[in-house]
Formats: sequence, C-alpha cells, structure tokens
Amino acid sequence: MTALDLDRAWDLHPQVSVRPEPFGALLYHFGTRKLTFLKDRRLLEVVRSLAGAPTARAACAAAGLREAELPRFAQAMAALAGSSMLVERNPVP
Amino acid sequence: MTTSTPAPVTAGDTSTAPRLVDLFEHGLAAPICLTWELTYACNLSCAHCLSSSGRRDPRELSTAQVKAVIDELEAMQVFYVNIGGGEPTVRADFWELLDYATAHHVGVKFSTNGVRITPEIARRLAANDYVDVQISLDGATAEVNDAVRGAGSYDIALRAMRNLADAGMRNFKLSVVCTRHNIPQMDEFKALADRYGAQLRLTRLRPSGRGADVWDELHPTAEQQRQLYDWLLAHGEQVLTGDSFFHLSAFGKALPGLNLCGAGRVVCLIDPVGDVYACPFAIHDDFLAGNVREDGGFARVWRESELFQELREPQTGGACASCAFYSTCKGGCMAAKFFTGLPLDGPDPECVQGYGEQLLARRPDGRDHLPRPSDDHSHRTGPARRPGPGPVDVVLTTRQDIAAPPVSACEENPLAGLKLP
Repeated sequence: MTALDLDRAWDLHPQVSVRPEPFGALLYHFGTRKLTFLKDRRLLEVVRSLAGAPTARAACAAAGLREAELPRFAQAMAALAGSSMLVERNPVP
Repeated sequence: MTTSTPAPVTAGDTSTAPRLVDLFEHGLAAPICLTWELTYACNLSCAHCLSSSGRRDPRELSTAQVKAVIDELEAMQVFYVNIGGGEPTVRADFWELLDYATAHHVGVKFSTNGVRITPEIARRLAANDYVDVQISLDGATAEVNDAVRGAGSYDIALRAMRNLADAGMRNFKLSVVCTRHNIPQMDEFKALADRYGAQLRLTRLRPSGRGADVWDELHPTAEQQRQLYDWLLAHGEQVLTGDSFFHLSAFGKALPGLNLCGAGRVVCLIDPVGDVYACPFAIHDDFLAGNVREDGGFARVWRESELFQELREPQTGGACASCAFYSTCKGGCMAAKFFTGLPLDGPDPECVQGYGEQLLARRPDGRDHLPRPSDDHSHRTGPARRPGPGPVDVVLTTRQDIAAPPVSACEENPLAGLKLP
C-alpha cells in the first residue's frame, strides 16, 4: 500500500461521521455506507485535526508523533483515503 | 448497512494489537447495529415471524416518543438504525419518521414486505441518500415464498422491487431467510437481485417468535448448511449476511464479518412499545434490558442495564470450551439456543460439528419445556382474503380538543362540567 502524501492538506469526507470509542473510534461513511474502525487513539487525534492543519504532516506533529512513527500513520491514512474516508482539500487539478 | 466487512485501521503493530472482536466483547459506547421495530402491526402473517407480529400493540410509541428516541440516537452518534416490525410502513407516520431520522443524521435501513412501495414512494426513497430499503422474500418462486409468507406476498415483493429499480434506486437489499425449501434456490435469488440492481442478503432462520413453531420443519439440514457455507464462501462479500451465519465458520474458514454474538455488545433491539432487548431474536423477559421511556432513556439502558453488563463479561464457552472450533464460532447464537431449550453455555442447535443435534435429541418430548416469547401479537384469525386497497392505517390518537369525558345526565356533583378558566 502506498503511503499518503503528508505534505498535502487532507480532511475527513463531509459525509463521514466519527464516534470515539474506548479502543479508538468508529468511522461511518453515509455515502458508501461503510464502517471503519480506528484501533488507535492517536490516529483519531490526527484524523480530527486534519481539517485545521495546513498539511497532514502538521496534523501529525500537533498530535505529538515522532518522526519514526510517521510512515505507519501515513499508511493508515492512505487506507482511509482509499475507502474515501479522507479526501484531499483543494486537490491539484 | 455496511456493504462489506469493516476494515480495522491501525497505526500500531498489528501483530500485538488486540483483535477487534476482543475489543467489542466489552461493548461499545453506543450500538453499531440497532434494530428498531416500529410496530407489531402487519398485513402478513409469515409462519416464521421472529417477533410474532400481526396486531398493533396499543402501547406503541407515539410519533413524538419515536422522535425523542431519534434525538437521543443522534446525540449518541448511532449512525443508522435497521427499522422493522411488523410491517413498519403501515404506521401512518412512517414516512414522517423516516424523514425526521435522516434529517437528524440517523441513517435508516428499513425492512418491508413491499406493500407500500408504490412508484411514487420508490422515487421518494431513491432521492434520499440516507435511506436503504430491504425487501423480504423467502422463496425465489411464488410457490416456495407464499408457503411461508402467505398468498400474494411474492407478487407484492416483486412489484416493490420493480418500482424501486424503475425509480433508480440502486443496491437496495433483497433479504432472504434461509430455509430448507429455499437453500436450493440461492443462484435464483442472486439472479433475481441482479435483475433489479439489488444486493442479496441472506440471514439465518431463528427459532424466535413464531419461528419456534416451524423451526423443526424449516431449518436447513446439516447437508444444506454445508451447501450454504460453500455458496457463501464462493460469493464472498458480494452477498450480505448481517453476520448471521458465524456458527458456520466452524466448517473451517471464517466467513466475512465479525463472527461473534453481538447481543448487548454491538447489537440490540427496541421493540414497538419501547422495550429494549439484547437482540432482535430474543424477545423474551430474560433478555429485556429496560425501556426507552424510563428515566435516562435509551442511553442509560444501553450503558447501565445489568443484563447488558453481564453480556459484556467475557464468556467462558462452557461445554464448548474444549472444542477446537470454539474460537471461530464462539458457541453460536444465544437466541437459537435459548428458544430450542438448550443451555446458553453449550453448542448452537445447528452446531456444524453435530453437538447441538445430540443435545436436541436428548430434550424431553413435547414443547412444554420450551420458553415462549414474552408477547404474542399474532393475528387471531387469518389475514383478510378480500381484494382491496391494502392495509388500513392503524392510528390511535388522543383527542386534544376535550379535557374530560362528557358529563353524564345522572351526575350528582354540583360542580360537574364546570370549566375553570
């Protein structure tokens, strides 16, 4: 799986709803009717701060991730983008 | 409403991360899969009805009470509800409630026999992204279907599917309860679903409600269970199952889905009078957790009821603990065991290793030892055979324009009929 481009701006799809749970979170996409689970609280934090961050990298930094952890999180976010849970903000035409 | 197995996304090391199933065993802040039966009234009298529906219950939640529960579900972030019954569309306020739920970010998938799915309604449903429809059909031919669901029900369902397809509704569900008579029709069901642009959904026949009366004759044979398992594996995620065949996973390879009994953990049922049960197949006092009308409403029942706390405790497996397949089938379906009179900590009556059958054979004769559903709303007579416009709306309301009954001519109280300003 390719990783997500951390230097672009990302956001949750507008039809996605996020519900925090003790183990992480549940994500539900009303458009595709798919349910996804985040098994990591810090991933939830990153995903939630994407909208207010200039880039995904900045969102990761704000969540206190170490440099070495970035590839793993970039891959997790790529999985989310693959199922349309995350979308790029102002994608390059 | 999920169209595929939920994919967990983890940023951690997957080899040490707990399995999702293990996390779910302790329950969630709110249900993922909430079934809500809006009425016990139904135009049909299906032989295997899991909720023994037919007649409306006079205590049914009013429009305002239903809306209050929807508000609660919105606050709890219950993403969608599976609405059923009875036949939910015979409630005169059904379309209003549907619009109310979807406007409040609670998606709706509703099950119907199709009686009210006119071309006009179909267009309205197709236009709402937050609505999904599930048409019930238990035979790929009228002969097989109508034997269980009643004369004319096949035609009603097919007309509804045609109307939905014509209205441009895609991927609505064709929902089939698997029985001894329709297991040979799986390919025909798939073709039928494909013809109308629908998705096939197969579920398990449970001995719940009136299903208990016909389970012995209708549940698939051991050989058919194997056939079904192979068919499900071959069709993978194209065919939905609502996770209902996890007991078949003990054949070897796990089927797509969570493969665990979600009762009280990820699943529950709200019945037409607001009672909350651990699962839609367990309408019995033993599985009653509370009522949405009580203080604290649904949220409190979900989070604090003793029954649900108990169900979220780790299960030991009991008699099944020593079985090599326990980790895949988890002992099967609680409701199926309960209503066939088997111990809850033992094998499923349809255990593919045959342990359930051995126990069934050792039960006492007759049915007196079997638990009966708490409530029976079955029609007391057969459904009307007359032709006509279909079911009549059943609505009981309170008159707002009068505060008290009229005063009797024999009333002796000098203040009788006095209206205070």
